[in-house]
Amino acid sequence: MNWFFEPWNWYIAGPIIGLFVPAVLIISNKMLGISSAFDHICMIASPDAKKAIFNFKEKENSWKLFFVIGITIGAIIVSKFLSSAPLHFLPEHYYSVPGYAKLFAGGILVGFGTRYANGCTSGHSIFGLSILSSASLKATLSFFAGGLLYTFIVSLF
Amino acid sequence: MKNITYIIFGILFGIVLTKAEVISWFRIQNMFQFKELHMYLIIGSAVVVGAISIQIIKALKVKALNGEDLQYGEKKFTKGFIIGGMMFGFGWAITGACPGPIFAQIGAGEYPAFFTLAGALTGSYLYHSTKHKLPQ
Repeated sequence: MNWFFEPWNWYIAGPIIGLFVPAVLIISNKMLGISSAFDHICMIASPDAKKAIFNFKEKENSWKLFFVIGITIGAIIVSKFLSSAPLHFLPEHYYSVPGYAKLFAGGILVGFGTRYANGCTSGHSIFGLSILSSASLKATLSFFAGGLLYTFIVSLF
Repeated sequence: MKNITYIIFGILFGIVLTKAEVISWFRIQNMFQFKELHMYLIIGSAVVVGAISIQIIKALKVKALNGEDLQYGEKKFTKGFIIGGMMFGFGWAITGACPGPIFAQIGAGEYPAFFTLAGALTGSYLYHSTKHKLPQ
């Protein structure tokens, strides 16, 4: 069982992630997705946001709020109990004021971009591709085009 | 009761994302620099398993646990899928986090991710405040 406490291989993690598609669909009749949780949190935080996000499909999407609370708890459990070594997911240079600013700016692109694209990696790349949606394929290719373009631009400097 | 189910789904999803390190900035860098296949193989195998599951569900006409017909369908394509999608790709490469992993990074103790979350909420609000002017 030692492998359990090490980082998991793709052939363990990938298929489990894929099984969330039928599990969430059959047990709760919901489509896997996360990014509209941003809308919901905004609406709770601000009356202005509530006015702007007037067409939020609450019945379909409010479950994601509980889903992301769970994701946070799951990560706490892994870092406290299920890891053989301390976990590091962000580089040292993000622990600084310029680093915080960069994360905030990148976060704006994540929030704006996923809402404009009506989905993120889970909704388009996992769920959307699983139902063979051509729209989700275009979105997924755009995610990668953006990430690769940014990485290429950075490599020039 | 339903909400507890969603939290349990989230806990299990958070455990897998964190154990697989798909919430790691380093793994995202390695993906976009083609230094390792880890992320591609995870997303690829997840889609294969998800797609086979959907085909089985269709073939067996599976219903939801509460007896309802399963409700799922393709999202309607807009220009935002391309423009917004590329913006998200930039943000993903910068922060090392897509939406789910932002919450997982915070849970795993990488507290600068609170800035990513604050940015994402700001971005969502900015989108909704300007969407009537954006190409759709």
